[in-house]
Amino acid sequence: MNAIVRGHATAALSQLAAAGAVIVLAVVLTFAAPAFLTSTNLFNIGVQTSITAAMAIGLTFVIITAGIDLSVAASAGLAGIVGAKLIAGAGAPAAIGILGGVGIGGVVGLGNGLLVAWAGLAPFIATLGMMIVAQGGVLLVSNALPIPLPNSFDWLGAGSFEGLPVPALFVVGLAIAAHLLLTRAKVGRYFYALGSSPEAARLSGISARRYLPLAYVLCGLLAGFAGMLSTSQTVSGQPNYDPNLALDAIAAAVIGGASLFGGEGTIFGALLGALLIGVVDNGAVLLNVNPYWQDVILGALIWLAVLFDQARRRRLAAVG
Amino acid sequence: MSGAVVEFRGVSKRFPGVEAVVDVSLAVQAGEVHAVAGENGAGKSTLMNLLAQRERPSEGEILVAGERVDFHGPRHAQRLGVAMVHQELALFPHLSVADNLSLGREPGPVRLRRRTELREARALLAQVGLAVSPHALVSALSVADQQLLELAKALAVDAKVVIMDEPTASLSSSEIGVLFDVVERLRADGIAVLYVTHRLEEIFRLADRVTVMRDGRLVQTLATSSIDEDKLVSLMVGRELANLYAKPNVEAGPVVLSVRNLTRRGVPHNCSFDVRAGEIVGLAGIIGAGRSELARAVFGAEPADEGVIEVDGRAISPRSPRDAMRAGVMYVTEDRKRDGLLLNRSVAENITLARVPGTRGMLNRRREVEIARGRVEALRIRTPSTDRLLRLLSGGSQQKVLVARGLETDARVMMFDEPARGIDIGAKAEVFALIARLAEQGKAILMISSYLPELLNMCDRILVMKDGRIVGELERDAFSEVRIGAMATSERLAS
Repeated sequence: MNAIVRGHATAALSQLAAAGAVIVLAVVLTFAAPAFLTSTNLFNIGVQTSITAAMAIGLTFVIITAGIDLSVAASAGLAGIVGAKLIAGAGAPAAIGILGGVGIGGVVGLGNGLLVAWAGLAPFIATLGMMIVAQGGVLLVSNALPIPLPNSFDWLGAGSFEGLPVPALFVVGLAIAAHLLLTRAKVGRYFYALGSSPEAARLSGISARRYLPLAYVLCGLLAGFAGMLSTSQTVSGQPNYDPNLALDAIAAAVIGGASLFGGEGTIFGALLGALLIGVVDNGAVLLNVNPYWQDVILGALIWLAVLFDQARRRRLAAVG
Repeated sequence: MSGAVVEFRGVSKRFPGVEAVVDVSLAVQAGEVHAVAGENGAGKSTLMNLLAQRERPSEGEILVAGERVDFHGPRHAQRLGVAMVHQELALFPHLSVADNLSLGREPGPVRLRRRTELREARALLAQVGLAVSPHALVSALSVADQQLLELAKALAVDAKVVIMDEPTASLSSSEIGVLFDVVERLRADGIAVLYVTHRLEEIFRLADRVTVMRDGRLVQTLATSSIDEDKLVSLMVGRELANLYAKPNVEAGPVVLSVRNLTRRGVPHNCSFDVRAGEIVGLAGIIGAGRSELARAVFGAEPADEGVIEVDGRAISPRSPRDAMRAGVMYVTEDRKRDGLLLNRSVAENITLARVPGTRGMLNRRREVEIARGRVEALRIRTPSTDRLLRLLSGGSQQKVLVARGLETDARVMMFDEPARGIDIGAKAEVFALIARLAEQGKAILMISSYLPELLNMCDRILVMKDGRIVGELERDAFSEVRIGAMATSERLAS
């Protein structure tokens, strides 16, 4: 709160709004849908939110640098299929398969980063191309056929540890690491600087070529991890993934206060954004809302989040 | 008062938390050039925005040509004959000159009437003495020409009163001459001109009367013939200001920065100069002479193709600002909004950006706040805390943050590009005092300014640039505005 009073930490208020929305929604759902506040359902929300959340954490790095990564869902798909192939095809241990998938995500991210920082492509174009390339890669690797995995592999994406969903625990751990990187490491500072004003950063000796690729690699690694979560949940490498996942993840980051103009955004906000989307989806299912309406609600949610953000900015500017 | 083209009666404007304009009453006569002076944040621009109906007054009334004006927005103000030349250019870079001039007031209901538009455009361009084709794209025009175009646009509305907000901020001296001619012509045509400026000599050169504002209030309106510069400054600042330029008396030490035959395709061309420890060397020249380009080539921002740069006798060839900073060279940019500051980040982050404290990739936030607090105090940066977002600070404070960042690198060679641009007199004096202190510490300082008095007062030596070359060099005892002006504009002149 103190940070908000001082007009600091720009994302603080949007986070507050997102957190408020999650709480209000949860309270409403508790009364409207008896099934909402049950341990099974909360567990499910944790499982379902993890994938979006993992992607949104990665995207936050990129969005802070004033970039965008449209390829996260496709690279998650590629990671999932490669990971599944390593385990089912090459007989690698599950851990190696997972690391392989995450690594593939990192490679895709590196490609994005080099296209943006070294070849000078606009992030939208670079990652749009990468999205299509990765889609092709998925089909090439899988021959458009699913790769089944042993049932025990569902531990990563849907397992339970002390009654808590394993994927959510992983995501929280990753979120803490990501948060520390953004706030306690110099690299984090450089991400914000590059997104806020690339020229100012350059004249301060901060090289975009050096640091931008890192943001995309981190984004790719997390997308790869999201892909492994999804593979684990379906206990198979799937040649067709949900392309909307990328947009959900972008929406989560934006709802959490990340600015697509760069220089603003927090990991905590991205998590809240993902959670809000997860709860809305969950509530809609519990209340038997027509699934098509769910998309309409999500879209409106994005408008609301950004409108709120703009109003906050104007207030801030007026006070100055 | 009869004959007043514009009259403010008890006008106030409050923003949340700020009283920008407080109870201002003022009458401006036809055919009068009326200067509005005051420091940043004094309320000059807000007052002008009220007249141009870009803001709605909180209290009071505004009369144009004796008629009380209700607030209906900028279009309405234009129809009443209030023309505003924007401080920040409000042109469309991808449209032609003629399109920009006719935009929003195209003749005819639907169809574009190209020929009429072109004819009108030519007439307007002639009126402001701007020799460009009406077909030219605005993006291809120099900043100065854009400024004149902006003026032409203002005149297009058949103005009774023209508001000019810092019109000379980005003009060179010859272009300023053209602008002054235009102002004189407006006066002769019986048009009232409200002229907002920081530059005192322009007030005395142009204005019949001057209104001084401070903290949103009107301090006094005076005939310019009845006061001198010192009096005007003390009215603006609210106290006696000892000395704007604190030139240090330092014995120059050994050569720190040595540049030989520095060339980059375009500009600079074959530039050679030295800067000694404790010396302040000025770079003079008209806009486009290549002064910033020279400094930026030394800084590696746009690396040189040829030539030798030495710092303390060691050759460096910076390919990026990072290289230059490692070699002890720092550059403080002229355009703080475009390539200087992180406006949506905190004061502390901005101050430490070029040298983030911490070890092994980790950030030491406590140290960062300490550093920032120290600089905020030493430079008297007006901010409630080091966490404050930079865009909430005044222009002067922002500039000081930029300077603080440069200082934080502790570079041997400091290059300041227009260090006092767009900041008020109090802040200016502080920035110059700071530069003086750096010289006393034995730094080698290169200073670029388009405002000659700054160079004449602060520098030990002045290099004059023209068309990317250094065309002249003057020692302090040979300084003269006339000679520098001649070198900066003449066709051939040996150094």
